[in-house]
Amino acid sequence: MSNLLDIEGLERRELEHYLELAESFAEVQTRSIPKVPVLRGKTVVLAFFEDSTRTRMSFDLAARRLSADVVNFAVSSSSTTKGESLRDTVETISAMGVDGIVVRHSSSGAPQRITEWTDAAVINAGDGWHQHPTQALLDCYTIRRRLGSLEGKQIAICGDIKHSRVARSNIAAFTKLGAEVTVVGPRTLMPADLAAWPVRYSPGIDEIIGDLDVAYMLRIQQERQGAPLFPSVREYRSLYGLTRARAERLPARALIMHPGPVNRGVELDPEVMDDERTVVLDQVTAGVSVRMAVLYRLLGPGQFDETSKPPETSLAELAASTASSEPVGESPAAENVTSTDSASGEVATSFDALTSEVAV
Amino acid sequence: MSTLALRGGTVVDSKGERKADLVIDQASGRLIEADGVSADQELDASGCAVVPGFVDLHVHLRQPGNEAAETIESGSRSAALGGFTAIVSMPNTDPCTDSAAVVNDVMALAANALCEIKPSAAITLGRDGVALAPMGELAALGVRMFTDDGTGLQDDQLMRRALEYASSLVVDDGADIVLSQHCEASALSQGGVMHEGGWSSRLGLPGQPAEAEELMVMRDIALSRLTGGRVHLQHLSTAGSVEMVRQAKADGLPVTAEATPHHFSLTDAACAGYDPVFKVHPPLRTDVDVEAIRTGLRDGTIDAVATDHAPHTADAKELPFDQAPPGMIGLETAFALAYTHLGLSLMEIVRLLATNPARIAGLSDRHGGPIVPGRLANLAVVDLSEQWVVDGAATASLSSNSPFHGHSVTGRVRHTIFEGEPVVIDGKATR
Repeated sequence: MSNLLDIEGLERRELEHYLELAESFAEVQTRSIPKVPVLRGKTVVLAFFEDSTRTRMSFDLAARRLSADVVNFAVSSSSTTKGESLRDTVETISAMGVDGIVVRHSSSGAPQRITEWTDAAVINAGDGWHQHPTQALLDCYTIRRRLGSLEGKQIAICGDIKHSRVARSNIAAFTKLGAEVTVVGPRTLMPADLAAWPVRYSPGIDEIIGDLDVAYMLRIQQERQGAPLFPSVREYRSLYGLTRARAERLPARALIMHPGPVNRGVELDPEVMDDERTVVLDQVTAGVSVRMAVLYRLLGPGQFDETSKPPETSLAELAASTASSEPVGESPAAENVTSTDSASGEVATSFDALTSEVAV
Repeated sequence: MSTLALRGGTVVDSKGERKADLVIDQASGRLIEADGVSADQELDASGCAVVPGFVDLHVHLRQPGNEAAETIESGSRSAALGGFTAIVSMPNTDPCTDSAAVVNDVMALAANALCEIKPSAAITLGRDGVALAPMGELAALGVRMFTDDGTGLQDDQLMRRALEYASSLVVDDGADIVLSQHCEASALSQGGVMHEGGWSSRLGLPGQPAEAEELMVMRDIALSRLTGGRVHLQHLSTAGSVEMVRQAKADGLPVTAEATPHHFSLTDAACAGYDPVFKVHPPLRTDVDVEAIRTGLRDGTIDAVATDHAPHTADAKELPFDQAPPGMIGLETAFALAYTHLGLSLMEIVRLLATNPARIAGLSDRHGGPIVPGRLANLAVVDLSEQWVVDGAATASLSSNSPFHGHSVTGRVRHTIFEGEPVVIDGKATR
């Protein structure tokens, strides 16, 4: 059983494969019944040891749209529950018979440890300051949709890099796909060993904003462990916020991104939120497609194989399910699909789209 | 007169190296002249070296308070298997070892231990860093080392007072009262669960910089200069700390230092898999630091190898890395790691593991050699030719959190003699 723990462990080809698969699931979501039976009979546990309504909802929808059974397991990982070992929790969940565990945890490395105690596929939905791989995939997906490719693109990630799993996974994903990344912010928000990272560092945003293809603004928390990392929110906005004035200097082609939720008037001015270059909601939409792709890859018939072609039979299955008025009623045994003509047409369309993307 | 003989070994102590059989009077536990006649019990030491039993300045025995992780008995058995005949227990027990009642409790529990247990006690009540523990009363019970180990004593003024007060205490054996410091400036290390550097950045784990240790090393050296007080610096882990101690010694200050096997054998790269068995305070550092620790041990800057043996139950180490308690066991692997990694002669290893720590702990009258008639027979018999692979689960400790599981090492403890009694024979504890 394979897992998705971080971006660093993925080859560029695997990253692209996830993105291509997400394209076809995006198409599924436009249908009148946006649901396919590819994970019918599979059970996915959403084990959120840290609150995250948005990410959990996105995974929940993704799993349901693949017809998986979804169970929510929400416990606090705060110090008050340190008594229960992570191993006990995971072995308990596993003993109930689950195929996939989607893990959100406040401790870096928790998903990796969990893989040692379960046979289920483990999907990292964000661990501490470490990684948030599906966020990186949905961000890459959004950029590709809008700009065609990440190759050679100038991307600035601005804000709290040090404490950000989004930054760590996005830096890995963006650079693997050929983008050039600059991190922006005060040194209090930078990791200890920044020089070893595959990025440039710019202490200020004004010096580079005119050349950017993507301005990726991170959410800030003013205090960590009770200690302020910068003097005030007001000063943060004036030095690092994407204000209206700065947005005017951002090229017309550029994208404005944010992992959400946005502190309006801090990372982004309210007017900038409504700027046509701002794709925050596109990111959210992409999240469901990308998470469908991940769940399908790790739990479905199309488990990743470096040498395999895109999942022909499974796409046929997707199409077949659309043809049915009862999507979840289709037999999962129908892998060698001989479906209706209209369905075959859809397969061809999706498959062509996929292969043409591969050729790019 | 019941006697025990050790035959065929090479005796190595601070006086040098010589082929000799040793005979022990078991009633007194003392070495006597070997007269050539057969003894009541014979132990084979052929092909082995007979050295003074090791002394560990830094052991967590967890009793009273956490007997699931270790007891004084189990910890002493693990120590004996590692060739130790005396260990200094740390005061972070529950209740804290900061009163005569707890010191007496520890001493009573130690009566049947497989090695000598020398309790240290807290400098401040409850190790809270606020008010001094009754150091005079505890010194009268035999405590010679005071430490708030687990945390450093943050308050500069209180540390100054403690040094001044300790240096004015007079004890019957004339030994120094030593303040032993866990060097960590907590405001700077706060929240850090591993060394701050490339690995912590990549792993997304909060780091504590080398400077958090070095600030307190610097302060305590300054306070030793100010007060003339006797400071022992625990588990040095950074190149900067080693350099400061080297300078302090050159200046003639009464400062000593120890280093652990894990800090001269492992780096922060070991944390890459998020296994909390590699979580320890001070944290595993970089290659440069490891090399500096080794150099400091070789050139005498660092006086002693101490294990900081810190048992934790398996479930405690099955928490996520940042939530798991720091610490690792080390009594049974210390000698082999020192012999394998330091590139020193056995005589120099004896200095680091026996002679110097015995002196620092105030135990020189009965531990640390020399091996001569009349002395208490506290001895280890080591086989320098044996190569073996560490099995973390194969330990007398009640915990198995060894970071060295699977490591290949050279040199093994074969027998241990504690006050004339063979407590370990052929690598097995006799009781």
